[in-house]
Amino acid sequence: MSEQVFEPKIVGFLCNWCSYRAADLAGSARITHAPNIRIVRVMCSGRVDPSFVMKAFSLGADAVMIAGCHPGECHYIEQNYKAMRRFHMLRQTLKAMGVEEQRIQLVWASAAEGQQLAEAIDKMVEEVRELGPLGWSGNWEENGERIQALEDIVKEHEEAMEVTA
Amino acid sequence: MSESAPTNGNGNGKAKGKLAIYWAASCGGCEISILGIDTKILDVAAAFDLVMCPCIADGKVRDIEKMEDGEIDVCLFNGGIRTSEQEYMARLFRQKSKCLIAFGSCATEGCIPGLGNLHNRQSIFDNSYTSETDSTENPDNIRPQAVTEVPEGSLHLPIFYDTLKTLDQTVDVDYYLPGCPPESPRIWEAIEVLLSGNLPDKGATIGENTTVCDYCPRTRHNKKIKEFKRTWEVIPDEETCLLEQGLVCAGLATRAGCGALCPQVNSPCIGCYGPNEGVEDYGARLLSALASVIDSEDPDEIDEIIRKGIPDPIGTFYRFSLAGSLMRRGKRPAPTASSQ
Amino acid sequence: MAEKIGVYVCHCGSNIAGKVDVEDIAKWAGENLDDVAVSRDYKFMCSSLGQQMIEEDIKKEKLTRVVVGACSPHLHEKTFRRACSNAGMNPYLMDLTNIREHCSWVHKDRAQATEKARALISAAVQRVKYQEPLEPMFVDVNPATLVIGGGIAGLQAALELADAGYHVYLVERMPSIGGHMAQFDKTFPTLDCSACILTPKMSEAGQHENITLLTYAELEEVSGSVGSFKVKIRQKARCVDYDACTGCGICVEKCPRKVLDTEFEAGMGNRKAIYMPFPQAVPRVPVIDQDSCIWFERQKCRACEKLCPTDAIKFDQQDELIDIEVGNIIIATGWKPFDSKKIPQYGYGRLANVYTSMEFERLCNAAGPTNGKIVMRDGKTVPKSIAIVHCVGSRDDRHNPYCSGVCCMASLKFGHLVLEKTDAEVYSFYIDMRTNQKNYEEFYQRLLGEGMRFVRGKVSEVTDAARMPTEQGKLIVQCEDTLIGRQQRYPVDMVILMGALEPQEDARELGLKCGISCSMDGWYTERHPKLDPVATMTDGVFVAGTCQGPKDIPASVAQGAAAAARVAGMITKGRVMIEPIVATINEQACSGCKICNNMCPYNAIEFLEDPGVSRVITALCKGCGTCVAACPAGVITGAHFNNKQIFSEIEGILWDALQPADDSSPQAEPVPASAS
Repeated sequence: MSEQVFEPKIVGFLCNWCSYRAADLAGSARITHAPNIRIVRVMCSGRVDPSFVMKAFSLGADAVMIAGCHPGECHYIEQNYKAMRRFHMLRQTLKAMGVEEQRIQLVWASAAEGQQLAEAIDKMVEEVRELGPLGWSGNWEENGERIQALEDIVKEHEEAMEVTA
Repeated sequence: MSESAPTNGNGNGKAKGKLAIYWAASCGGCEISILGIDTKILDVAAAFDLVMCPCIADGKVRDIEKMEDGEIDVCLFNGGIRTSEQEYMARLFRQKSKCLIAFGSCATEGCIPGLGNLHNRQSIFDNSYTSETDSTENPDNIRPQAVTEVPEGSLHLPIFYDTLKTLDQTVDVDYYLPGCPPESPRIWEAIEVLLSGNLPDKGATIGENTTVCDYCPRTRHNKKIKEFKRTWEVIPDEETCLLEQGLVCAGLATRAGCGALCPQVNSPCIGCYGPNEGVEDYGARLLSALASVIDSEDPDEIDEIIRKGIPDPIGTFYRFSLAGSLMRRGKRPAPTASSQ
Repeated sequence: MAEKIGVYVCHCGSNIAGKVDVEDIAKWAGENLDDVAVSRDYKFMCSSLGQQMIEEDIKKEKLTRVVVGACSPHLHEKTFRRACSNAGMNPYLMDLTNIREHCSWVHKDRAQATEKARALISAAVQRVKYQEPLEPMFVDVNPATLVIGGGIAGLQAALELADAGYHVYLVERMPSIGGHMAQFDKTFPTLDCSACILTPKMSEAGQHENITLLTYAELEEVSGSVGSFKVKIRQKARCVDYDACTGCGICVEKCPRKVLDTEFEAGMGNRKAIYMPFPQAVPRVPVIDQDSCIWFERQKCRACEKLCPTDAIKFDQQDELIDIEVGNIIIATGWKPFDSKKIPQYGYGRLANVYTSMEFERLCNAAGPTNGKIVMRDGKTVPKSIAIVHCVGSRDDRHNPYCSGVCCMASLKFGHLVLEKTDAEVYSFYIDMRTNQKNYEEFYQRLLGEGMRFVRGKVSEVTDAARMPTEQGKLIVQCEDTLIGRQQRYPVDMVILMGALEPQEDARELGLKCGISCSMDGWYTERHPKLDPVATMTDGVFVAGTCQGPKDIPASVAQGAAAAARVAGMITKGRVMIEPIVATINEQACSGCKICNNMCPYNAIEFLEDPGVSRVITALCKGCGTCVAACPAGVITGAHFNNKQIFSEIEGILWDALQPADDSSPQAEPVPASAS
């Protein structure tokens, strides 16, 4: 622990049929990749609700990967296109909030692409490592002066009450 | 209403309850809307003593502080929490009230003042107190200070937070009443619920659990959108769903309660009634729905449609709900200097 | 009510335990995660002893939820669900989290792998609390089957089912069944006469009491789902009374309008405006091609009508929509040939003696336009040399990346036929020779012996611009012979382009109607490329033959039979289970905004006009959850993947990511001033 390398925490939303299986394949083929991604299985990339991504950020994730079948190859015919549309809208919204574009990535990986998925994960980890921690969950905490200010008010009010009493 | 007097948990059916109405970071519209219940205000007056309502009656914080905990039966708290003084008052009313209601959009989800969460104290003050902005004349560059030393001692002003919080991000809230402002008839309905003693589960939003579309008379079809349009670009057809005409109408994601007022005057819903029941993040719902029906499978074209049609995604999706959203605010630049 | 959760962490021998400290995780989960009542690690959770352990705990400890940390749910979800089921717990209250494929097998560092596994277990524990018991649904299977496509794969499937005693509707777009195989002269590698082996099957299908033949008909619409599909078939107007026609052929004979036959004859021969595609057509009922018929053009002629002995000609016949109900659908719609004009440097369409492989099939077919004589476009000159160009539109990134599979063998067949019928020299320009089925390599060796010449290289150009006197009047094939590493020019009389097999033009459209998807290349996607090659993601819809990807006749027949066997299995079973992972709309809360309705490619979301709300047709829903994520009002719930479950999973997976709160702990908060 002497040299602290930043280890980003990445939540991956992977579709059951292609990308989750690609990760399975990466496993059976022992394709080593970064341990920073933690995978949540959904039936389809079309199930990925923008609020899942925001939830992950708000709980301390440094980045989020959404992965699905290749366009035109969706096991639910065309639902990954809806994922694609939402991804673009979400990424622009998050960008306006100050979340760098590299922190949310959309990856297409077929069930046969364990290698490609592993590479995409490694690449993403490196990019996010470069950006540093997102730390969104601390983003809205006021610093210690808030407590001080509240204490001041309490004190002032108590003093005022003593005067009138 | 007069005969069946309120109980308000006092145990004594005859006794009058105590009602407080307080405002924090808000505009005063909520109070106007309360007064909009018209002569029914007399019924409210018959049921409750108004212990505090800075907008319409005199009242002293000290009197509230002196009360027993839980002595106030109902507190309608509007406005978000932007300063230490507002936070203090929120805590005070929580302690003194049996039932604390987040009243109106500001208290429930931050509303327009919550959009300040895209900035921080520093940038907000820069904008408000710098002579460079057109509406500001401040040649001496005077800024509000938390502490000012005068011969008699130190004077304190509340500190201004970097982030506006909703009421429930600050204190425990019993019920929610959405709307900017809540429509007067809905306020009266809520009061009737409170008077009936037949209270919903804690944490409930007192209102409908469907969306504005339910009340919108326009005809709707399956949706496909090639282009989002700004309101000034088109005079919409009065019969068809506004969204189908490319206008970003938020009615589909917004809780019913207004009776679809805006769409009925040919203007898209802007979402002031907040998310529907059980929804975690209003903007995510609206964003997801609109993105889903973009009529393109080409990533570049999709990007272009969004960039062109929705240049301000936060103002579009989080106009009223940024502070109450999962993300709560924009990324804070650097920590603000401790001096105000 | 607090749940009682059992956590089971598998060693998988050393597969997991080698990289993940499973004992520590099991201990940690038991001590630190809320509601965990039992937490154990075990050598092999999937073994009968491991399963027994879970079953006993469920009974003894009265567990209400189970989390297993082991391998991929694609491997053992069913196993552990069954174990829970055996112990009386609803199987959907179990969550299997993947700490092997996604963790121990792919990470190097033991500490990091353990931390990740801990997060995955934590996620599963949080998730499982909110999982809900689900009950699978069952539907009865209608024993009738629809087979789309009357080529060899569809024929095989139809006959297998019909012979087994089940009714089949066989729909074919062309006027006759038979498909591409009917166009061929010989079949490789046995050189069987294609017609000789195909036509008996065709007539058998035409006469089978269990087969309803619907030729010159197309699929219009499919609704319903596995077990009970409702299908609309468009029977195109033949302008011939199907029942009255005896197939005597006098109408065809007397029809004065000749047109180029671009379908069956591949543009090599003519047919009449009223025609049967070929003499052995099934059914033997001609159709009138309304675009060519003189009557439809200028209200004259009616020769056929006047001469028909049974008054079967009906000019005013209209398309007819036929409704049928079936339990299963087999799609066997085949392929279409690559348009060789897309590669202009090969000169097809510009240089007369460049042929497509389908044209050449007709040319050497004994029943074809030249009665099987191999002659050039002038109709008389026998070529002295022929070049066969492989991989035209296949194995080519500009067109199709895939290998079309059959062309190497087809070109050997062509080579053999040419050498048999003429004295011509035959050159085969190949990238790789692919002859990997039974007796295929032997056929290749045979052709090597017969004197067919093989040049390894991709042809760059076919031209008629001669550079040398010997090239005058010839087609010159320019190619680098990669075995000698030199650019070569081969003057020949005739060139055959072995065009790729491509998906049918409307494959995607038809797939959409049936609710199945295509790969990027446009072939239908099977459920599993190895283990489930004829089923699709849509229950009750199967694929057979080349519509799933290029393949030869034996493979098409095998798939046709396999699909039939799968369907027969469904019919015999009588009812099918439907996964209860479906979406539900809270109709009370739905405002009918109509965002969701066209979200669903299966048309599973109907709009009810009267209350003005949407509703999911459960039997059609495949559970993808796209509508759930789209609903702006948040009133659609996706079973087993609902928001609460996924939000909790995210909370669990990030259990160690939340920064310690700095000033928000309630103890530190100042209390408002008070008089008391």
